[in-house]
Amino acid sequence: MSDDPNAEVDPALVSTRSVEVVVMALLLCVAVFLGWDNWRIGAGWAPDGPQAGYFPFYLSVLLGGASLVGIASALRSEELRDEIFVGRSAFGRVLRVFIPTILFVLLVQLLGLYVASFVFVSAFMIFIGKLSVWKSILTGLIFSGLMFYIFDMQFNVLLPKGPLEAAFGF
Amino acid sequence: MEALDSLFHGFGVLLTAHNMMLMLVGICLGILVGVLPGLGGPNGVAILLPLTFTMDPTSAIVLLSCIYWGALFGGAITSILFNIPGEAWSVATTFDGYPMAQKGEAAEALTAAFTASFVGSIVAVMLITFLAPWIASFALRFGPPEFFAVYLLTFCSFVGLGKEARHKIIISLTIGFLLAAVGMDTVSGELRMTFGSIEMLRGFDFLVAVIGLFGISEILLAMEEHLAFKGQEAKIRLSVVWRTWLTLPRYWMTLLRSSAIGCWLGVTPGGAIAASFMGYNLAKRFSRDGAQFGKGKIEGVLAPETAAHAAGTSALLPMLALGIPGSGTAAVLLGGLMVWGLQPGPLLFVEQKDFVWGLIASMYLGNIAGLIIVLATVPLFASVLRVPFATIAPMIIVSCAVGAFAVQNAMFDIWLMLGFGIVGYVFKKIGIPLAPMTLALVLGDKAEDAFRQSMIGLDGGIGIFWSNKLVGTITTLALIMLFWPLIGRAIDMIRGSGHASPASAASSESSRP
Repeated sequence: MSDDPNAEVDPALVSTRSVEVVVMALLLCVAVFLGWDNWRIGAGWAPDGPQAGYFPFYLSVLLGGASLVGIASALRSEELRDEIFVGRSAFGRVLRVFIPTILFVLLVQLLGLYVASFVFVSAFMIFIGKLSVWKSILTGLIFSGLMFYIFDMQFNVLLPKGPLEAAFGF
Repeated sequence: MEALDSLFHGFGVLLTAHNMMLMLVGICLGILVGVLPGLGGPNGVAILLPLTFTMDPTSAIVLLSCIYWGALFGGAITSILFNIPGEAWSVATTFDGYPMAQKGEAAEALTAAFTASFVGSIVAVMLITFLAPWIASFALRFGPPEFFAVYLLTFCSFVGLGKEARHKIIISLTIGFLLAAVGMDTVSGELRMTFGSIEMLRGFDFLVAVIGLFGISEILLAMEEHLAFKGQEAKIRLSVVWRTWLTLPRYWMTLLRSSAIGCWLGVTPGGAIAASFMGYNLAKRFSRDGAQFGKGKIEGVLAPETAAHAAGTSALLPMLALGIPGSGTAAVLLGGLMVWGLQPGPLLFVEQKDFVWGLIASMYLGNIAGLIIVLATVPLFASVLRVPFATIAPMIIVSCAVGAFAVQNAMFDIWLMLGFGIVGYVFKKIGIPLAPMTLALVLGDKAEDAFRQSMIGLDGGIGIFWSNKLVGTITTLALIMLFWPLIGRAIDMIRGSGHASPASAASSESSRP
């Protein structure tokens, strides 16, 4: 938690206020865009009740309004300007889990889920966790095998498979 | 007593070897889910939902609801032993639970927490047993306007009672509604907000959103705070359990108060998180030595745990009786109901007696079994946290991916899950609550349908929402909820007193969950 005595001072990458303003502005853009799209398909009132775009159009208006309030209140807040959204090294750690995750999803598309999860778990343990190689590979193997047993053999849940499973006739 | 007859019928449904086994498996999985950071009630249930697609609905709901009870129990373990709330609703448990563990009273604190959870749940289940059939029979008279009014009440109470800034709650709600509206319009058949994409045609599945918003984002947050698990040792001896239980009757008032708060906040969508803080704060205020709170006082563990469990359990009441979930996990269970081909709502009590009463019976048995299992297995589950995070994190991510994929067998959904993960991470950090979004995603289409069906009826004006006593009362109540902060302030001004309400006191102490 935050009261960790030996927490090193982590220089701020970006303040909470900047992030909040950017997010609110993005939401405003989304709201305008969606509002326009729903206006296009009809946001009025037909003889038999509201048209298809009626509900989403007014939701977009509401979203736009709320994000405007959000921009204003974030800009006015002194407190948020000094609040650190994420520190440099903290963000590094976030990337260290997020980038491998993206690679993992790519691997799922290429090799199927079971092989990809073996590679992901083992590689993550070796390179990010700095754990011993044989332990990591064993853990990955057991984990993938267990997943295969539970999902494919016990519950018949079809998950993406790749060339390896095909070679074994699954 | 018709309810009691039905309940015994429910026990009959439940007491098969198959269902009992599922119950035990569910509880153990649930405790694991509750202990692991990054997996929680809603996404734990969402990930395991695909496993139940081939089961019969009764067994499926028994498994899933027991995962939920287990998660409620499990959250307390990490709070007390590691000072890390495994769940947002167990944040308040750390205030006194961890100091107790530091003083070497970990076993007492854990026993107190589990027993309190048990008490809270049982009170809430009794409420469900006797109230749900009554509400359901009442709700049979509901037409589209009444249902829309109830949806409105749900969303208005979110805005009115939420502890976050209002505009952030509204943002969360509207995004949920907008996402729900993507795809084919159910009334006119027109395509909305698909922008020519075939993937968007299916619309957004809320399970994928839940897994991303709650699961992936939690992993990112956990990684950022580089969790170093340094926990206290725990072994619960039977003598300690007895000794702690003997002291509990002294705190009957705290238990009762927290149960009542929990039941109330669970039924209105305040949820377990708000309930646990409110339970804690009220116990502190009414206690004779409130100053000792935060230094390892057993009441400080009892109060939030009882309230959180009462809320978590009673959140299922509106889900069963009206088809409106009171919490994120209840929303996921509701999604499960629809996948299994059941129509949630009042008719469930008439058409699916086995299912409903089997579920209610499993709440009783599940909590008793949960209490015993959790007391016996604390050391085992505590040791899970000593496994390096670099081992657990990728496994959780793989589980999330499996859950997201299996909903519709779509690769696109895994990417979508990652997207929701980023959104969840940013939103959590800037204080936009995620629960309203989830609920709006689940209920969005139904709320819109109810609205449009009411408009197609009679005169097609807003007046329909005040056209009879029932719908008028609910709609008015919804508006009162929406403007509750203003009304509360007005009342305070009239009284001329400056002291804050318990709800606002709770919000000032709660940090980002």
